[in-house]
Amino acid sequence: MTNSDINRLKDKAFQVFGIFCTFIGLVVLAIFLIDIVAEGITRINWDFLTSLPSRRASRAGILTAWAGTLWILVLTTLIAFPLGVGAGIYLEEYGRKNRLANFLEINIANLAGVPSIIYGLLGLEIFGRQMRLGGSLLAGALTLSLLILPIIIVTTREAVKAVPRSIRDGSYALGASKWQTIWHQVLPASFGGILTGIILALSRAVGEAAPLIVIGALAYVPFTPSSPLDEFTVLPIQIFNWTSRPQEEFLTNAAAAIIVLLVITFLLNGIAVYLRNKQQKKIRW
Amino acid sequence: MLNLTFPHKNLSAAVLLGSTLLFSACGGGNGEEANSGLSGTIQIDGSSTVYPITEAVAEEYRTEAPDVRVTVGVSGSGGGFKKFTRGEIDIVDASRTIKPSEEETAKEHNISYIELPVAYDGLTVVVHPENNWVTEMTTEDLKKIWEPAAQGKIKKWNQIRPEWPDQEIHLYGPGVESGTYDYFTEAVVGESGSSRGDYTASEDDNVLVQGVSTDPNALGFFGFAYYEENQDKLKVVPVDDMDDSNGKGAIAPSLETVKDGSYAPLSRPLFIYVNSKAASTPAVVDFVNFYLESAPELSQEVGYIPLPAEMYKEQQEKFSSFAKAKEAATQK
Repeated sequence: MTNSDINRLKDKAFQVFGIFCTFIGLVVLAIFLIDIVAEGITRINWDFLTSLPSRRASRAGILTAWAGTLWILVLTTLIAFPLGVGAGIYLEEYGRKNRLANFLEINIANLAGVPSIIYGLLGLEIFGRQMRLGGSLLAGALTLSLLILPIIIVTTREAVKAVPRSIRDGSYALGASKWQTIWHQVLPASFGGILTGIILALSRAVGEAAPLIVIGALAYVPFTPSSPLDEFTVLPIQIFNWTSRPQEEFLTNAAAAIIVLLVITFLLNGIAVYLRNKQQKKIRW
Repeated sequence: MLNLTFPHKNLSAAVLLGSTLLFSACGGGNGEEANSGLSGTIQIDGSSTVYPITEAVAEEYRTEAPDVRVTVGVSGSGGGFKKFTRGEIDIVDASRTIKPSEEETAKEHNISYIELPVAYDGLTVVVHPENNWVTEMTTEDLKKIWEPAAQGKIKKWNQIRPEWPDQEIHLYGPGVESGTYDYFTEAVVGESGSSRGDYTASEDDNVLVQGVSTDPNALGFFGFAYYEENQDKLKVVPVDDMDDSNGKGAIAPSLETVKDGSYAPLSRPLFIYVNSKAASTPAVVDFVNFYLESAPELSQEVGYIPLPAEMYKEQQEKFSSFAKAKEAATQK
């Protein structure tokens, strides 16, 4: 066997390995999805989506849970989006590359790895008790914003970094100020990437139960929230609660609620992909 | 530019009519329903074990007093007491009694309260259905298996009783954070929260059911409802407390044996604690009374065991004199 034959073989082997890796993830996901859908799909109907919680599994619904989840999503976006993008742009464009910058960078990366329940404890003390927001939607959204800020900051920085130097130079050459360059050139060019990061971060926030339970989100709420200061529950808490019940029918309810949560997450991810593609088509350098 | 007139007069009339109907319907609904006329909010948090009962009561109470907003959280007995003793919630669901340290906090925050048992749970010891050697166990046997000294030593069935087979024993139980674990260790080992550490622990009792039902060498314990729902997959172990004064020999948990106290020492009471300040508002008083009235039926419906009828009566009297005292105190 010649040298190039061996290399070709290695090439082939690596390709097979790559396919194998891809499929492991996909197969596990497929098994999970099939299992959940098989168990829960028959339970999903209009009543399930519009009913209040109940002790009878067949009458229980997720109205307050999905309403709470949507509220949390919107509020978290409103809070985390400006903060995260602002911090990302500062660190990438304005921040000097010195020790402080390094220190901030390492800490932000570390924050992304802090377990979510810790954010819950932080949120309970700062937002729930000090700011007296209690177990309100606002306290929950602020806590989740903290949780996903590191992800948004990191992805914003990556997206901003990916804008070629020449674009900025061209903008400066035409007499634009730094702010004008960022606002008119860098941000539009990197917006697709930033958006993808935010939506992925939100998909994570949507699935969190632990930090919200800690700050005082509820399990039984007989009303949908009407203001950010109302108490609430979310889908993951309802799912968590139902999976721990002894009666089989509650497990079916949990499966059905998981499907609804998955649909929300897939929709978010779908929006992310769509916006990114649209954005990429617009940019022609 | 602003054009607020409707293009069709008929449409605007229809909208008007519709909204009038809607509003009048709302008003009528409130007036017609012979409800208590109470309003306000009642905040409840605490044990996830007690949650199903409170949820059921809150659900039924909705038809009784639709304007009272009752909310229930599940941050655990510990988490619930933390909020309760700071005065952040009105009622706490508890699967154990209040701890001295928590009483301390309550005192610091000037919180007084009343403890009301609302139902029983029978901690159930189970083995795999193919296990044909265990027909009953004494509390001594259980202690031998679960005490801290057993860690790494008691590994086979024949170490507990020589006539049992020379096979490994695999243990399943709730995690150390749960009230179920606290109660079991207190009743069996003699000290709350003290047991061997080498067992499969899960906060989710359904996982324990799964574990015991698929492992022929398993022994586990959890709440009665989880056994009741999975009777075909599990074998219950009758427990002998070696005290003949409350039922002779080994007794299996059931509605009757838990209720009459003969399934000892593994029946445990479940509680609610009511903040005294809350107990001076009419909505909370009404709700707690409703709770005690409906608990016998509702607790059984969600898988627990009601207290004897006279005990509920006792609790009601205890609570009403407590509430009256509070009312008198606030009026002064």
